[in-house]
Amino acid sequence: MSVTSNTQTAPAAGSRASKREGSALTRGAAVGYLSLLVLIPLAAVVWRSTEGGIEGFVRAITNPQALAALRLTFFASLAVVAINVVMGTLIAWVLVRDSFRGKGLVNSIIDLPFALPTIVAGLTLLALYGPRSPLGLNVAYTKVSVGMALLFVTLPFVVRAVQPVLMEIDRDMEEAAASLGASGFVTFRRIILPNLMPAILSGAALGFARSVGEFGSVVLITGNQPFKTQVASVYIFGQVESGNTAGAAAVSVVLLVVSLLVLFGMSLVNRRGTRHDR
Amino acid sequence: MGITARNVSKRYGDFVALDDVSVEAPTGSLTALLGPSGSGKSTLLRAIAGLERPDSGQIFISDEEKTNMPPQKREVGFVFQHYAAFKHMTVFDNVAFGLKIRKHPRGAIDKKVHELLELVQLDGFSHRYPTQLSGGQRQRMALARALAVEPEVLLLDEPFGALDARVRQELRAWLRRLHDDIHVTTILVTHDQEEAMEVADRIVLMNHGKIEQVGGPQDLYEHPANEFVMSFIGPVNRLGNTYVRPHDIEIKLSPNGTTSEATVDHLVYLGFEVRVELTLKDGQSLWAQVTREDARHLELERGKHIHVKIDRTKVFGEIVESPV
Amino acid sequence: MTASRITLRTLALGYLALLLVLPVSMVFVRTFSNGLGAVWEAVTRPEALHALWLTLLVAVIAVTANTVFGIVCALVLVRHEFRGKALLNAVLDLPLAVSPVVVGLALLIIYGRTSLVGGWLAEAGIRIVFSTPGIILATIFVSLPFVVREVVPVLREIGTEQEQAASTLGASAFQTFRLVTLPAIRSGVAYGIVLTTARAIGEFGAVSLVSGKLAGRTETLTIYVEDRFQSFDLVGCYTAAVVLAVIAVATLLLTNLTSPKEEY
Repeated sequence: MSVTSNTQTAPAAGSRASKREGSALTRGAAVGYLSLLVLIPLAAVVWRSTEGGIEGFVRAITNPQALAALRLTFFASLAVVAINVVMGTLIAWVLVRDSFRGKGLVNSIIDLPFALPTIVAGLTLLALYGPRSPLGLNVAYTKVSVGMALLFVTLPFVVRAVQPVLMEIDRDMEEAAASLGASGFVTFRRIILPNLMPAILSGAALGFARSVGEFGSVVLITGNQPFKTQVASVYIFGQVESGNTAGAAAVSVVLLVVSLLVLFGMSLVNRRGTRHDR
Repeated sequence: MGITARNVSKRYGDFVALDDVSVEAPTGSLTALLGPSGSGKSTLLRAIAGLERPDSGQIFISDEEKTNMPPQKREVGFVFQHYAAFKHMTVFDNVAFGLKIRKHPRGAIDKKVHELLELVQLDGFSHRYPTQLSGGQRQRMALARALAVEPEVLLLDEPFGALDARVRQELRAWLRRLHDDIHVTTILVTHDQEEAMEVADRIVLMNHGKIEQVGGPQDLYEHPANEFVMSFIGPVNRLGNTYVRPHDIEIKLSPNGTTSEATVDHLVYLGFEVRVELTLKDGQSLWAQVTREDARHLELERGKHIHVKIDRTKVFGEIVESPV
Repeated sequence: MTASRITLRTLALGYLALLLVLPVSMVFVRTFSNGLGAVWEAVTRPEALHALWLTLLVAVIAVTANTVFGIVCALVLVRHEFRGKALLNAVLDLPLAVSPVVVGLALLIIYGRTSLVGGWLAEAGIRIVFSTPGIILATIFVSLPFVVREVVPVLREIGTEQEQAASTLGASAFQTFRLVTLPAIRSGVAYGIVLTTARAIGEFGAVSLVSGKLAGRTETLTIYVEDRFQSFDLVGCYTAAVVLAVIAVATLLLTNLTSPKEEY
């Protein structure tokens, strides 16, 4: 809290009495809403995935088509994350340190992937990089199109994570480094980058978690060909439409576990990152 | 009796904020709760307001027990160190807030608010927002807001702590004058002994959740109950078990039967006073406070040999009126 | 103006142009290259209008529910002390980490006609999946965290002293909430609402599974876009896409206007 009362001579703030009464009710309401709308549905997926026991589960995720989809999803997501780390940091740098006419507009555009429906995103990529491409560049129905769609939807994550940190960075450190003889690039590598790392990793993690589950932007441009351009989410969709909800649930669980592990790892990194500030 | 707290205790986990504290503030008085951080003074004030619930004890306001009442019902006016201004409301709406809650008619609210703004010298600011005011103005607004509902008592929690020195001085004097006009039973929490001495009729000095001494400013200064009180209330020198006020040390140029030898270490010029840091023959250090005329008259300078006579010392228990 | 500065700027702007700006512009170009008449016809078709109406209806309901929840949950997170706060935080992040198709699958499992709950509800004449309620539930799930996440830091920033002052002035808990807390957090709430609305309108994967995609009945605008594409009706497809893109751009404008950071 930025407004600290001087009454915090002891480790408590405000009236604890009123916090306890009434709080149980509102807390219960919040937890209830969350359980009903989030926890129970996800639990249902986990439960359905175990319908055929452990063997059923393993069979569902190791059948060739599922494996191909999972492999494509993870590798594409990793590649996309790597590109995002570089380009995202670069874009954040330009937005924070550079100045030019229209910078505000460019800054707003970064959020476009958050605002634009994924199906429309896919359509726009198809329009420019598909069969009727005015640039003569047709990557539709190839693995490249998977990467392109994922790059579109995950663009803002690293940029938005890095921007505020970059703005807050103590310029004194850079000036000290310069006065000691460090060139711009060395300063960036040894002074700035270490301070940006937690933010970059955080943005990368969020982007990765988003990317493994991405659906709407890939359905149009990739053609969804099994073993070639079918990602995990499309595979799950197909299994559901064919009535194999248990198999769909099993692959869903894999995606869920991966996302959660990545997010958990990120929260650990965040906690370590803030240690430098003390 | 304006405000009475009886046997109030409060702890937070292992930390004892208040230890069986009993305090009285007579009707119409201005009492200061004075003490260092962690002494419990704010906790006690907030318990009186109902913003904290004591673990045990009772609170009486105007002879009515209010221990179990929520703050809404206690008819207290509370002023916070950081103003707690309603940032999204104008000055007028801030001051009118309590009256609107009580559903007073519009005309009456208008009149009352303008009266109060005049009282605190903020008329003309009624359409401004708190962020457009200085710290001192915001605090005056907060005071007007608290007074608007005609509370039985006024509670101020380090009200001038966030302001700079000059504004603090001005507001202290202003508060004293205001209290002389309005006579609401007031309790002021502060860690600044000068502030307490200047503003309050009575001082309640607290430390580690307990009350050390209660009395007027003069009482606490002249007749401190223990070392803590003496050191907190005014400047003090310590020689072993004995305590001496710097202005009770007389500096002479020649010895007589009652003096001790000493050397001047350092002189600090504080405007109309001079602080003389000196070392006694036996090696102990002291500092004395003399007027600048005396310092000039005695031609004090570093290294000079002088003779000191100590008029009054205190060893807890008795007052000793003899030199060391 | 150093060479490296120009290089970086060119790289950044070039990347954004190739990935974002040009593709989106292409859709506008393609749409209007058919002439305004064709566009108007496509927009005013009954299925298209129904899809738009359904999308907005679902968005309004989802946003309202998540806003009320968001404010309550933010108050719980910031003002209360209790064990399990970390767990609550983690659960709030789940909707951002879960693939939309998994959300759709979950709802089908619970509310599908062959499930326990679904069967029982069907007997009562209530249909969740392949009907509007299912779409609403899916949309609530995916757009859940935004209001909470935006209100929490604002709530933390304003502290509790204003509320304590209000209580000493005689305001009840509800009066304090209405007159002091709510106005103080309105920037966070507004921004959260904008983000929630954008997410709700753009939802596709979960709704694809849950709605049954019945044209003129349970198609949202995003599903309509895909449906027109699969039917080789490019005019209808692009037009609907443009409508969604325009809403997205309007959302971006609103986020700039309501972002709480502007106030500091």
